[in-house]
Amino acid sequence: MPTSPSDPGPRGGAPYDLAVIGAGPAGLAAAVTAADLGLRCALVDAGPRAGGQFYRHPAPELGAAHPERLHHGWETFARLAARLDGHPRITHLPDRQVWTAGRRADGWRLHLTGHHQGPDAPPGEVLDAAAVLLATGAYERQLPFPGWTLPGVVTAGGAQAMLKSGLVLPGRRVVVAGSGPLLLAAASSLVTAGAAVPAVVEATDYLGYARGLKTLAANPAKLVEGAQHGAALLRHGVRLRRRSAVVEAHGTDRVTAVTVARLDRDWRPVPGTERRIACDAVAVGHGLVPQIELATELGADTRATPDGTVALAVDAEQRTSLPGLYAAGETCGVGGADLALAEGVLAAHAVAGRPAPAGARRRRDRRRAFAELMAAAHRPGTGWTGWLTPETDVCRCEEVTAARITEAVEELGARDARTVKLLTRAGMGWCQGRMCGPAVACLAGGPHPSHPPRPDSRPLACPVPLARLADLGEAEL
Amino acid sequence: MARTPADLVGAEPAPAHHIEFDGRPVPALPGQTIAAALWAEGITAWRTTRVGGRPRGAFCGIGVCFDCLATVNGRPNQRTCLLPARPGDTVTTQEGHGRADLAV
Ligand code: FES
Repeated sequence: MPTSPSDPGPRGGAPYDLAVIGAGPAGLAAAVTAADLGLRCALVDAGPRAGGQFYRHPAPELGAAHPERLHHGWETFARLAARLDGHPRITHLPDRQVWTAGRRADGWRLHLTGHHQGPDAPPGEVLDAAAVLLATGAYERQLPFPGWTLPGVVTAGGAQAMLKSGLVLPGRRVVVAGSGPLLLAAASSLVTAGAAVPAVVEATDYLGYARGLKTLAANPAKLVEGAQHGAALLRHGVRLRRRSAVVEAHGTDRVTAVTVARLDRDWRPVPGTERRIACDAVAVGHGLVPQIELATELGADTRATPDGTVALAVDAEQRTSLPGLYAAGETCGVGGADLALAEGVLAAHAVAGRPAPAGARRRRDRRRAFAELMAAAHRPGTGWTGWLTPETDVCRCEEVTAARITEAVEELGARDARTVKLLTRAGMGWCQGRMCGPAVACLAGGPHPSHPPRPDSRPLACPVPLARLADLGEAEL
Repeated sequence: MARTPADLVGAEPAPAHHIEFDGRPVPALPGQTIAAALWAEGITAWRTTRVGGRPRGAFCGIGVCFDCLATVNGRPNQRTCLLPARPGDTVTTQEGHGRADLAV
């Protein structure tokens, strides 16, 4: 039988007033704020240490005297971590994922599982809470290119994550490529940590930002952050190639070089502009995708973001369309740590039934405007499919090539990602389409303004052993 | 400038232990995941795919892509980017679906 990590509280009903899922900037800020306002909180997190991907940091055994050198805004994290540490009203539950959630008369029941399931895994846990805040962040969007499955080609966020937590680099000469502000951040941490970065290859020309001068002016901190990354890159002689893309990675057992080409306005490679750059690693990403499957499975309303992803729709107080379910941070649309912190604070006040602090609300509104501008500037152009060859693997897990997806669309009449998936198995492997989903949706003819992208539907938010499902009677949900 | 990530953050790690990768010893620092220890040795592939038999290693680094699967202490399909390296762990390159022991 599943067990509960806590006994029912003295007030009866759900043992927790608030369960926060995710201990990144949004979840951390929300948990400590709500607890300070008197709520009993559970903070469930997939990582071994609080901080999420943004504040990911080495294990204590690695003895890092200056973890802040790999971070922006480390003081903020240090303050939050100190507030979390030993807080009498917060139960921190690390190394756990919520794999499904269900409504109860008095709130929500969350089902938790550990990462490292096996014969000796602990039994499943359940947790009841009156309100739930989804602060699960985002994962990276990938657009495939020939050779992207070669070892040494890694996600830009993954390169940063492994560097921040394990103090390791994917290679010595790392080309950073794709689109979005994360590229500059990743490139600047890689060079300061000792890697050579022969080029940062960005598909947009940044002109999109020029359309939002007022929004830019209202967000000086974001500009300073960008300038700091830019300065680090200049100092190390890193070249930024705008409106270009890695159109092929070369190598047999691992990457040894990439071909970079100029792109036209629609991201179509311009023939004759190819250049080869030697490298032993590539860090690549095309923006971030909000991780919202728990909420969409429960039926929460979503919205399309300007860069073509799906985010949860929330009101001014961070409420989703489902009573008692709140969201903060990247789940509401990708916008960075400052925005996530502000949204976490706002959500905590809403759950506690307190008026929103004006400062947090102002910061949220400004940063949200900046996030939308940024998303629009980095929205993938439709011409990226021009760098695929028929043999390019689109789905990494099931090794489904571009040719097979084109065949499903053009010859078998598939009109959406779901049909392509059924016909080709793209997206049916281990990662459940998290890596290939956006690309498959594009190849299947979307996203199109008249058909807003459909949120992915996954009945389980993370892999669970069958025994867990067997434990779970209908009544449990 | 031969700076390393450890230099950058002024790391003074606890002494390294060893894990075994395909029969050879690989040093690991306490607190590193198996994937991190392999990267530190310049190893980027520890799995071959089911269909094409192609080499793979860590890709997303955060437990989402499942490209970093390996057989650890005889147990297949372990996400090495999440799994802390423990002294004496044996990691073997995982071939295909990783269930070589299950004759079907
Ligand atoms: S590298 Fe993606 S799951 Fe481990």
